[in-house]
Amino acid sequence: MTVAPQPIEVAGTTSAAGRGRWRPESGFSRSAIVFLLPAALLLIVFLVYPTIYTILLSFNRGRRGEFTEWVGLRNYEQLFFRDPAFLDLSRFPPSGALWNNVLWLVLYVSFVLFLGLVIAVMAGRVRYEALIKAVVFLPMAIAATALAVIWTFVYSPDPDQGVLNAMVTAGGGDPIAWLGNPGIVNFAIIAVGVWGSVGFATVILSAALKAIPTEIIEAARVDGASERQIFRRIIVPMVSLPMSVLAVTLVVNVIKLFDLIFVMTAGGPGVSSRVLAFTMYSEAFQGGLFGKGAAVAVIMLLLLVPVMIFNIRRFRSERVI
Amino acid sequence: MAQQADALSGPAIQPAPRTLGERITRVLNKAPIHIALAIVALIWLLPTIGLLVTSFRPRTDIQNSGWWEIFQLRFTTQNYEQVLFSQGLVDALINTVWISVPSTIIPLLLACMAAYAFAWLRFPARDWLFLLVVAMLMVPVQVAFIPVLTLFRILDEQTGIGLLRGYGAVWLAHTAFALPFGIFLLRNFFITLPRDLIEAARIDGASDIGIFRTIVLPLSVPAIAAYGIFQFLWVWNDLLMALVFVQDGDKWPLTRQIQSLLSFGGAEWHLLAAGAFILMGVPLLVFFSLQRYFVQGLLAGSVK
Repeated sequence: MTVAPQPIEVAGTTSAAGRGRWRPESGFSRSAIVFLLPAALLLIVFLVYPTIYTILLSFNRGRRGEFTEWVGLRNYEQLFFRDPAFLDLSRFPPSGALWNNVLWLVLYVSFVLFLGLVIAVMAGRVRYEALIKAVVFLPMAIAATALAVIWTFVYSPDPDQGVLNAMVTAGGGDPIAWLGNPGIVNFAIIAVGVWGSVGFATVILSAALKAIPTEIIEAARVDGASERQIFRRIIVPMVSLPMSVLAVTLVVNVIKLFDLIFVMTAGGPGVSSRVLAFTMYSEAFQGGLFGKGAAVAVIMLLLLVPVMIFNIRRFRSERVI
Repeated sequence: MAQQADALSGPAIQPAPRTLGERITRVLNKAPIHIALAIVALIWLLPTIGLLVTSFRPRTDIQNSGWWEIFQLRFTTQNYEQVLFSQGLVDALINTVWISVPSTIIPLLLACMAAYAFAWLRFPARDWLFLLVVAMLMVPVQVAFIPVLTLFRILDEQTGIGLLRGYGAVWLAHTAFALPFGIFLLRNFFITLPRDLIEAARIDGASDIGIFRTIVLPLSVPAIAAYGIFQFLWVWNDLLMALVFVQDGDKWPLTRQIQSLLSFGGAEWHLLAAGAFILMGVPLLVFFSLQRYFVQGLLAGSVK
């Protein structure tokens, strides 16, 4: 393998070849049309047209997904102020799909980054580094549906089936309904999400750690820095860029999160583990409220716009676009 | 594990310990790390191993004792037979293949073509259009559901081509949502190819299709393979797109079938465990055999 297909690695290699400016006298050549047309058609039908359609539909009642009655901002108003399944700030702790996404954002992103870094640092100091990384990375290959089955079994309320409750009852406690208790369910599923993504962070951060010149760490050791100081003052700052790129990816994962919730709890018990993507699906396709579903999709899109801008800036600075 | 060593890490550079004493101190110094890593390995392996063991246990055993009671374990392959042939998972497996293969090959071809145009052809507003493609990376699939379903429903009613009853809708949807990432990745690979080579071919009178087929594609096999594997696993593992765009129950893929086993089957764990491993089989095979491409595809895919 000579060249990795990573956007990051082609940084700075943008040759003059790709940069030629179009001259006004030449239009779309025949080959340009042949090469671009199939992709362009699909992108227009599946991305450009639907984006406009969904935005407009979110201001409409949208029966059967068609434009039936203009309702202005009513779908949004309903979501934010009159739908406790979407957002309920009247109690403490707050609840609702949007709140659950915030919970995911904070806990999932920070735990994945933290555990990823800690495992990468530890693995880098032993001989069986590759093995550990492969073990932790393995869940990345597996469908979220399979992760959901694996963990629903771990969380089984029956102590003869679920290993967690077997441990709880062996310690003298009563079995816990990990997925059946509204106060626990979100944390239980977030743990699964973390378990599934730590390997990804470990592999990326491990590569970043290897790029730190060993002289810097040696010099700090000679100067009498403790391992903790080395970790906090050298390692963390030196991997902060890959960390931020990774964090953005994890944020996107959270906003798009669907399969795990749908398979493990279908948003339950009640509505307590719903997230945005689940709400969009359930309002539109289970409840037939297409206007409301469209509004949720637009909210997801709006949350992803800052990520879009971040990525474009990053690629620009790396000269890949 | 030799293969994994070069895919996941560089060599660990450590000076060799000189004496037995040094060696022992070294191991002892690292004891906390070894213990912590052992715990990590356990947490990451046990849930999957537990389900794997369960998938081979008779149904009555599963109900009466945990998989960790190793002295009582009896094994059978009956769960796999039952879930494949009585629960119809063999059909779902075939459906998954039917969905995954075209949903990998079509976007691969179309993304290569568009990427070639963005890298080596000149046309109006090229850089702006490429920026638009990059912006599309972030558009969530949810945005497409209602408009595309409505469009296809009307199309099916008017023409009777049955996009939603067959695989047409899901192939097209997977293809379209794979394109922005594919075009981005491959275009950035294609522009690193030597300009002289392509210019020389042009001077010799080669057509764009000729250059694309004989120069660009053969030289870009690593990037195309990484993207192809990433896309194949993405589709294989997908539940959401199938949920929305495959409306005929006979055409459901594995993910959908297993999901319905879990929610309507009242936790028949002997079937679910076997089903989950049938779903995991191909991705795990790909993971162990093509790990290098797989990891690269996933890392590159982090922008998706």
